[in-house]
Amino acid sequence: MNWSVILGISKTHLLSRKKQSSIAALGVTFGIGTFITLASFMTGLNGLLDGLILNRTPHIHLYNEIAPSEQQPIDLAAEFAEGFNLIRSVKPKQSQVRLHNALPILGQLRDNPEVRGAIPQVQAQVFYLAGSIKLNGLVFGGDIMEEVRLFNMSDYIVEGDAQSLARNSNGIILGAGVADKMSLKVGDRIQISSVNGGLFPLKIVGLYQSGLADIDNVQSYVNLSTAQRILGEGKNYISDINVKLFDMELAPGMAKELARQFDLTAVDIKTANAQFEAGTDIRNLITYAVSVTLLIVAGFGIYNILNMMIYEKMNDIAILKATGFSGTDVKMIFISQAILIGTIGGALGLFIGYLLSKGIEQIPFETDALPTIKTMPVNHDPNFYIIGIVFALLATFFAGYLPASKAKKIDPVDIIRGQ
Amino acid sequence: MTQTSPYILEARGINKHFREPVDFHVLKDISFGIEKGEFVSIMGKSGCGKSTLLYILSTMDTDYEGELWLSDQLVSGQSNKALSVIRNQHIGFVFQFHYLLPEFSVIENVMLPARKLGIKSPRQIKLDAEEKLDLLDIGYLADQKASRISGGEKQRVAIARALINEPTIIMGDEPTGNLDSKNSENVFDILKQLSIEKHMSMLVVTHDLDFANKTDRIIEMADGRINGVPHPLHS
Repeated sequence: MNWSVILGISKTHLLSRKKQSSIAALGVTFGIGTFITLASFMTGLNGLLDGLILNRTPHIHLYNEIAPSEQQPIDLAAEFAEGFNLIRSVKPKQSQVRLHNALPILGQLRDNPEVRGAIPQVQAQVFYLAGSIKLNGLVFGGDIMEEVRLFNMSDYIVEGDAQSLARNSNGIILGAGVADKMSLKVGDRIQISSVNGGLFPLKIVGLYQSGLADIDNVQSYVNLSTAQRILGEGKNYISDINVKLFDMELAPGMAKELARQFDLTAVDIKTANAQFEAGTDIRNLITYAVSVTLLIVAGFGIYNILNMMIYEKMNDIAILKATGFSGTDVKMIFISQAILIGTIGGALGLFIGYLLSKGIEQIPFETDALPTIKTMPVNHDPNFYIIGIVFALLATFFAGYLPASKAKKIDPVDIIRGQ
Repeated sequence: MTQTSPYILEARGINKHFREPVDFHVLKDISFGIEKGEFVSIMGKSGCGKSTLLYILSTMDTDYEGELWLSDQLVSGQSNKALSVIRNQHIGFVFQFHYLLPEFSVIENVMLPARKLGIKSPRQIKLDAEEKLDLLDIGYLADQKASRISGGEKQRVAIARALINEPTIIMGDEPTGNLDSKNSENVFDILKQLSIEKHMSMLVVTHDLDFANKTDRIIEMADGRINGVPHPLHS
């Protein structure tokens, strides 16, 4: 097959009908451009919503649940095994909130290659004191730099920064709601009283805003040792361990194993956020459905225009065949036209899609829930561009294939005789 | 499959039926041959099957019974791809309606079959095409768009295109049917000159008796048969 001749003919065909060719190419451009824009924007939004929950939620959360024993002593007694045993008013067993052997567990978790990080945490019930007023509060003690690394903590620190807490053993990152109520700002001091009655003056090194008022009015962050001091406990007192894995999908299996191995409660992210997963799936489904529809519409546009073009070129087809071009040559002439349209239109579509998604990225989008987000989220995933151009080529190929096969079958004698 | 015969093009017992809308036996047992450098015209009334015969001889129509030989090579039964190569290389075609590609320039139209054949370099093809246009006195039209030139000029461009691959035979379907007498004479002179100088065979279907009378031999057709006139070799 003589490609330079075939491509030369398709080029002349396309260039001699500039308007028609550009409309066909613009159909592709529009389809691919909107696909890229839409996919970037919608997955950006999805990513944002996912991040809202997933970034802050540990993949596995280890703690001791206070719960009644599932097996009561009477169940173990052989003489009552046949009976119908009813025990009223079962109370939970006296047990510790702290995790037994927390430090060895942490050590083992950190050695596990699947684990991205494991953070010990201490939760302490406290009162924030302001003059004679006592506000209920919950203080989380932990490794703030690890929280930043694993749970994007820095996105939610609206004033001050995480480092100053790491440097200051008497520092606190106060919930924004608490700070508001008590008219406190970064650099001020706050008194905290523990449940046991101890008083701890702490320096405010930052403000924390999660966007959920219930949390911001109560929660604060301190260093692990500070929280242990507030509770009057030693260095090995740890109430929770938050684990982040490299692969979230491993969480359920691993949680089960950890719970069995260490005899504690392990909740994985899938169980904790089951309804959330469903939401994400549906949003993704909508994104794909809309994108595929756009691309199919673009494909039909190309099919239509090429079909018309072939009817207009009946005479040319007859001449080409009479002068020695084979049916396959003629078919290739039209397929190459379709693919040229697809390549040019698709490349332009990628460009337009990129510009549009860059544009969307400039639109202001401010919400209390996401203090660090100032503009619309956009996901510039190169995969969309690859999918876009591949689809443009595939769609134009198939849209061109049918009319081109028709052209291949056209009998030149019919056309010449028909004149 | 080869055999030696005096003919460049030979038809042996060709029969053709049109099956739509009703069965119609359009060509009945056609046998004849054309020698190298011979100028043959086919005449007959409308509907006698002369154009149909020409399409079969030109290999474009493959739906027939019988044998078609071109340069001692059996053409019948070959694949469409092989037939298009034969058309490209051995047959030049000139139609009643000029049938140039309107979007291409005159010289591109002429060059196209040679570029398809792909034997010569693009430079050589361009020189050849210019030579053919000059031969037909239309060298000055080379860069014009094919849609912008007059009917007589178009017909000459079509002849130049038919010549570009130095075919064995040129076939014409009423090549002068659409031209005035002056242009018509012109076209005849060109074809005649080619058959004498380049020893190309010519096979022309025509209504024009003046035109036909000037050719070496007239094949008359009526009702799908060749009337009388067997070839001089056989008589």
